[in-house]
Amino acid sequence: MSKNSELQTPNSKLQTDWEPKIVAFLCNWCSYAGADLAGISRIQYPPNVRIIRIPCSGRVHPLFIMRSLQNGADGVLVSGCHPGDCHYISGNYIARRRFAILKNLLEYVGIEPERVQFSWVSASEGEKFAKVVEDVVEQVKALGPAKRLVKRKADPH
Amino acid sequence: MQKREKLLKEEVKKLLDKKQVDMVIGYEKGTLALRTTPCFLASVDDVDRLVWNEFCENNLAKYLPGRKEKVAIVAKGCDVRSIVGLIQERQITREQIFIVGIPCEGIIDRRKIESRLGEKEILEATCENGKILLRGEDFQEILKKGDFLYDSCKVCKYRNPIVFDLLIGDRVPELEKIDEYAEVRKFEAESPDERWLHFQKEISKCIRCYACRSACPLCYCEQCFVDQSQPRWIGITDNPSDVGVFHLFRVFHVAGRCVDCGACSRACPMNIDHRWLLKKMEKDVKELFGYEAGLSVEEVPPLATFKEEDPQDFIK
Repeated sequence: MSKNSELQTPNSKLQTDWEPKIVAFLCNWCSYAGADLAGISRIQYPPNVRIIRIPCSGRVHPLFIMRSLQNGADGVLVSGCHPGDCHYISGNYIARRRFAILKNLLEYVGIEPERVQFSWVSASEGEKFAKVVEDVVEQVKALGPAKRLVKRKADPH
Repeated sequence: MQKREKLLKEEVKKLLDKKQVDMVIGYEKGTLALRTTPCFLASVDDVDRLVWNEFCENNLAKYLPGRKEKVAIVAKGCDVRSIVGLIQERQITREQIFIVGIPCEGIIDRRKIESRLGEKEILEATCENGKILLRGEDFQEILKKGDFLYDSCKVCKYRNPIVFDLLIGDRVPELEKIDEYAEVRKFEAESPDERWLHFQKEISKCIRCYACRSACPLCYCEQCFVDQSQPRWIGITDNPSDVGVFHLFRVFHVAGRCVDCGACSRACPMNIDHRWLLKKMEKDVKELFGYEAGLSVEEVPPLATFKEEDPQDFIK
């Protein structure tokens, strides 16, 4: 692929009022409840996240993350229970190893590390959830629209 | 080498004669120079077909998953590590296989030789005392073996099999002072843009033939993620995004399992540098979890287990 084709992103025309799309995979037992608490507590956080509820952070297959990036997400956030708090005892520990490797791998091939982020948010941490989303959105905004690994309609498929 | 080959034949004969195993998986002469091909021997009369030389490149562990009979397998250092992986993952039992370990001093990369010789057709190739002798119709050439080894062999740390039932010949000295991750570190130091361009350059060669997957001794899933259609995880064409995800995920799939035997690179018809990503995985697994693949039958693969103190500084 040439450098040239990299520039033709779907969002390049709307650069000025561009808002990032963030896909957030939240574990049902902690982070999803944390997001719920943020809502109930009326804490403001950027509306850029599209939340997908999953049973456990251990459910997050690396292809979930890669497919999100392929299909138009500018950033991906995966959030689960704090270590030791997993509803399924060890799901988040297993996930942690997987994410550590995946994060390094994506960074190695040149994908900005800020595009894929991970956090532990418990059901009582509504404020932390809002803060995490703020940080992620801010960092992804600074990067601009995702250009790498994005599946463009113009490409053969 | 010839001494080892003779010894190998003798031992294999004994195994089949005493009915210790039902079948032996080894190498025989290939139809072209520089090549050998896997062979499956069930009778003592066939044993003379066996060869052992510097062209025995295939990782025969590929033929183990799903075997019902008791088999003996000829295995180099890297092949043995693949076999250990298969035992760990319960694709075969230790009791079922008889490992005929062969210390190995590196396998010759035929592509490197072919590219050196260009159009010339090699009809006969032998290797003795560190020299490769090549003969064609109107030429003869002697090359230094050390210059034509596979890249994975150049940084091999386990030239002697670590698990075996029988070792053929004496141990060979292990390589000293090798820096197997020098290439990886070089890339890590480059800018993200350069790394991305390199990644794109490599995968743009890919024709999605899946030879890398099919050649990998640790690839035995009944249904591969690329073949799944419900859900269809990744597109099946040479769309750069899909090809990228295929390579990233294939590499992720063998994280903590890959033993750098080089089977994928050898099988690749487009000469994609698979080791570029695989070595990075290997390095990360080693640094993050202190694990090296294929060293002990008792260990659990790193992504199937955890430690409470695993690094998590990347998590908010």
